[in-house]
Amino acid sequence: MTSGDHSIRKYDEELEAMRSRVLQMGGLVESQVRTALVAFETVDLQLAQQAIDADKRVNEAEMDLDQMVNHVIARRQPTAGDLRMITGVAKAITDIERIGDEASKIARAVKWLHEKGGYARLNRIPDIKYSGDAAASMLRRTLDAFARMDAVAAAGIIKDDQGVDDRFRAILRQLITFMMEDPRTISAALDAVWVAKAIERIGDHAKNVAEHVIFISQGWDARHQSPEAIERAVAKA
Amino acid sequence: MDAAVARPLMALDQERIKMKVSDLNFYYGKFQALKNINLQIPEKKVTAFIGPSGCGKSTLLRVFNRMYELYPEQRAEGEVQVDGENILTSKEDVALIRAKIGMVFQKPTPFPMSIYDNIAFGVRLFEKLSKSTTDDRVEWALRKAALWNEVKDKLSQSGTSLSGGQQQRLCIARGIAVRPEIILFDEPCSALDPISTAKIEELIDELKSDYTVAIVTHNMQQAARVSDYTAYMYLGELMEFGETDQIFIKPTRKETEDYITGRFG
Repeated sequence: MTSGDHSIRKYDEELEAMRSRVLQMGGLVESQVRTALVAFETVDLQLAQQAIDADKRVNEAEMDLDQMVNHVIARRQPTAGDLRMITGVAKAITDIERIGDEASKIARAVKWLHEKGGYARLNRIPDIKYSGDAAASMLRRTLDAFARMDAVAAAGIIKDDQGVDDRFRAILRQLITFMMEDPRTISAALDAVWVAKAIERIGDHAKNVAEHVIFISQGWDARHQSPEAIERAVAKA
Repeated sequence: MDAAVARPLMALDQERIKMKVSDLNFYYGKFQALKNINLQIPEKKVTAFIGPSGCGKSTLLRVFNRMYELYPEQRAEGEVQVDGENILTSKEDVALIRAKIGMVFQKPTPFPMSIYDNIAFGVRLFEKLSKSTTDDRVEWALRKAALWNEVKDKLSQSGTSLSGGQQQRLCIARGIAVRPEIILFDEPCSALDPISTAKIEELIDELKSDYTVAIVTHNMQQAARVSDYTAYMYLGELMEFGETDQIFIKPTRKETEDYITGRFG
């Protein structure tokens, strides 16, 4: 990554504004995810609504950033590290916005669960909680890695996604068992599947952002490679 | 800073090399303007030279066809091989070398004669052609330079009556008419408006199917638009040489990154 200032100070300010807006957007989404997860665990309608409402601000941030990206491309013809920062941001914010959508899905599932009443404490399945914590932690660390342009940390996050994916399959097996044992839980169990899937997707999107961080900081494409290969390549670069 | 040796690139390995510069040093009197330049220019590709003012990029271009020899206090050491022959020590007539390695300058330099004669003049120096063959050559060169349609009805008018962009294309046609192998462009668009610039850039892109092109430009975006390979020079040294995409997306050296992202100075 480039260090130091541009000869044109305004350009620096624009890039810095873009960077901090991404982090601000990330912060919004991170708290949206945590709120949605707590709302699910406690079937708290008020918290669920809070998570749903937060999505509007996330969407606004995405549109803002799109505009900033277009502005810098049109005005500054960015190159090298600046260019990678800008294409990386354009992609990262799509993933971050999707994470916001997934958080809203979790929050909406809370409403359905609440309407149904007897949900057999399916919201308290420990694996869903662990998985949610793991995905939320991936998101937080991804944003840290973005803030510091830390490719090593990003590679670690990519590796962690495997765990979230594995746990999703474990949750699915548990919920299928519930449904087979007691068909009355099917409706609530499907809602829980919906939540578990959203958590798994949050992990995927956080991993994508981590890949963008590697591209921005080191200039190579980390997508579609094994976590181990990425870790090695990052260490070598 | 070390003198950068051109890094061998995968793609460059697969190119046929038209010009090979080895251990080139150049002096204006006591001042050393080029320091140990090593570089390979691939055939039928556009190679751009970028760098801040005074970095030696124009000097390097002027060495490529021995233009510097017009000035007694300037001298070059090292080798510039074109197809294996060192042109710096070649016994060949320097006019022939310059016909083979043509040059287009910053400001259009049409001769004060008709459009037709601007092109025929150089051709007559090197070849004895009949009137009709000369006519054909003039038309061919003007077509190659994307100027024919604009001037075909006024070939006897003075070259200086054309617009700046047309004059520059006339100079390109004049260079092409003597059938060069390499065309050197020294800031060919710096005196032109954006539309004329776009025409020249499009022309450069077409020229590379027949010629090896080297272009010096202050305009980095122009280098990014027109070239296949880019060389970044600084204080008389070649800092980095690579595929244009690589230079503009992920340069190897911090100095290159700082320059092309505008963090210079």
